[in-house]
Amino acid sequence: MSNAATAIKAKPAESKFRRFLRENKTGWGFLAPFMILFLVFTVVPVFVAMGLSFTNYNMIQTPDFTGVQNYKLLFLEDDTFITAVSNTLLFACIIGPAGYIMSFVMAWFISLCKHGRGPLALAFYAPSLTSGTAMSIIWLVIFSGDRTGYLNHILIKIGLVSDPILWTKDPQWILPVVVIISAWMSMGTGFLVFLAGLQNIDPELYEAGKVDGIRHPIQQLFYITLPLMKPQLLFGAINSIVNSLAVFDVAVAVAGFPSPNYSAHTIVAHLYDYAFTRFSMGYASAIAMFLFVFSFTLSRICMRIFRSDD
Amino acid sequence: MSKEKNNKSLNGAGVKPQKIRRRRVKIKPGKVILYFLVGCLLVFTAFPMVAMICRAFMPLSELYIYPPQIFVRHPTLSNFSELLTSLNSSTVPFTRYVFNSLWVTIVTVFLSVVICSMGAYGMVKHKPVGAATIFTIVIAALSFSSHVTKIPNYMVVSGMGLINTYAALIVPSLATAYNFFLVKQFAEQLPDSLLEAARIDGAKEFRIFWTIAMPLLKPAWSTLAVFSFVSNWNDSFSPLVYITSDAMKTLPLALQTMAGGAGVVARSGTVGAATLLTTAPTIIVYTIMRGRVMQTMTYSGIKS
Repeated sequence: MSNAATAIKAKPAESKFRRFLRENKTGWGFLAPFMILFLVFTVVPVFVAMGLSFTNYNMIQTPDFTGVQNYKLLFLEDDTFITAVSNTLLFACIIGPAGYIMSFVMAWFISLCKHGRGPLALAFYAPSLTSGTAMSIIWLVIFSGDRTGYLNHILIKIGLVSDPILWTKDPQWILPVVVIISAWMSMGTGFLVFLAGLQNIDPELYEAGKVDGIRHPIQQLFYITLPLMKPQLLFGAINSIVNSLAVFDVAVAVAGFPSPNYSAHTIVAHLYDYAFTRFSMGYASAIAMFLFVFSFTLSRICMRIFRSDD
Repeated sequence: MSKEKNNKSLNGAGVKPQKIRRRRVKIKPGKVILYFLVGCLLVFTAFPMVAMICRAFMPLSELYIYPPQIFVRHPTLSNFSELLTSLNSSTVPFTRYVFNSLWVTIVTVFLSVVICSMGAYGMVKHKPVGAATIFTIVIAALSFSSHVTKIPNYMVVSGMGLINTYAALIVPSLATAYNFFLVKQFAEQLPDSLLEAARIDGAKEFRIFWTIAMPLLKPAWSTLAVFSFVSNWNDSFSPLVYITSDAMKTLPLALQTMAGGAGVVARSGTVGAATLLTTAPTIIVYTIMRGRVMQTMTYSGIKS
């Protein structure tokens, strides 16, 4: 700002446009690499996908406009899509809130601990750092369909079942198995945000609260901690929505692609199927748009819920 | 915030001192339930990790034993040596996948750190026209996953002839809204005075950014580096879309091929060793950087 002011004094004849350029040059310069990549790979693609969703496009011929044909097919005739949506919703309803609440409870518990915060946090957060595809290999051993699977072994030993259950082959069990594994992996979503938020709350506020009779940890949680953590809660909620709607690699690694009877088919799996195995990009874009509108709307609702007043 | 302060000032005069007394330490049922639940949760989170680590060191005789064992009795490194030697004779050696993953991840992390920090610094400290709009778009971009844009991204990548190259895995994941957001929130609290002093000394803008702002932003970009490392190392969707040749696969996909494909229970020791090698780096990176990550996440809230 200051060097801008001195420059104006020196050259009073400078046009408004030039001054505008000079004042913003540095900022735009710094932003340019990010903005170019962000526009090319995130912003423009949303609109391109939106446009493509109204066409028939196979990557070879030029797209031809078909109106809402894709959406009609998607919602009215594609039974697999309906399965994918209901599976994804089930995932999202369980993994999203469960992971979110567990993250918060665990972060809250750790913040109350006096010793061992680091190891506890690592033990809880480590699953979120692992690759879903890699850990599925271990989960498949746990959920193995014969007697040597850990879970079957335990269940047979305590007499809950007499024959081993085909966890990852039986359509009835695939979905719960994938839910458990995804929940295991997504419990840490938001955990770090919550932990940091909790550690950052001014201890004086709790002292002040004690004066007002807010003494029990649960009371402190609801009257002091949660209202102060709205921004962190919102960030955690958005991450948790995005993650829970994007279940794909664990489902594929555990149940195969396509899964038996489409029992672990998800929206992203459907998108992948149409886009990158059948190359019907128009139809796949309609699926992408559904995912976009859905997660965007849910995030907007969260922004309403966790609105900060200040 | 204001509510609590008001309450404090209202009631501050009427404090009853006898109410503030030391509570005796006693076992409460609520606490017992809480500890029990946390214990269960920890067993649930830790069990697969423990099983994974143990299986990597199990000799074949223990992997195939009945009843199945969780803990390893006679740890051996033979799985690792077998993984690194015997597979070398096959078409693509395992070390190639390790290299692919390391190269792609390290280049992505480095470039992402520079690009996002520069952008965030420019937005916060130079406030060019349009900065507010851009930030609104970045926030909006936080709320959908990268799968939404994969089709147009694929068109760009294949149009540029980048299919089956490292660039296909690197370039599209450089400008991530999440990373930009983290650095931007942190950069808000950089003191202007330091930057201003350097400017008076006649330092060039990029030099100010590189020598003054970057060291101050270290907690933020180290955190970005950790998250970028974790997400790129574990990403199996991008290689699935952009990579068709075996030699260019990264670890997660290669591991799945090694294990025998999706849904197959792999009991061999080499797969166990490979799984450990695939999961360990992200955990090590996080453990080293934990302090800085926590320092940054403090600023991560969104005010709506």
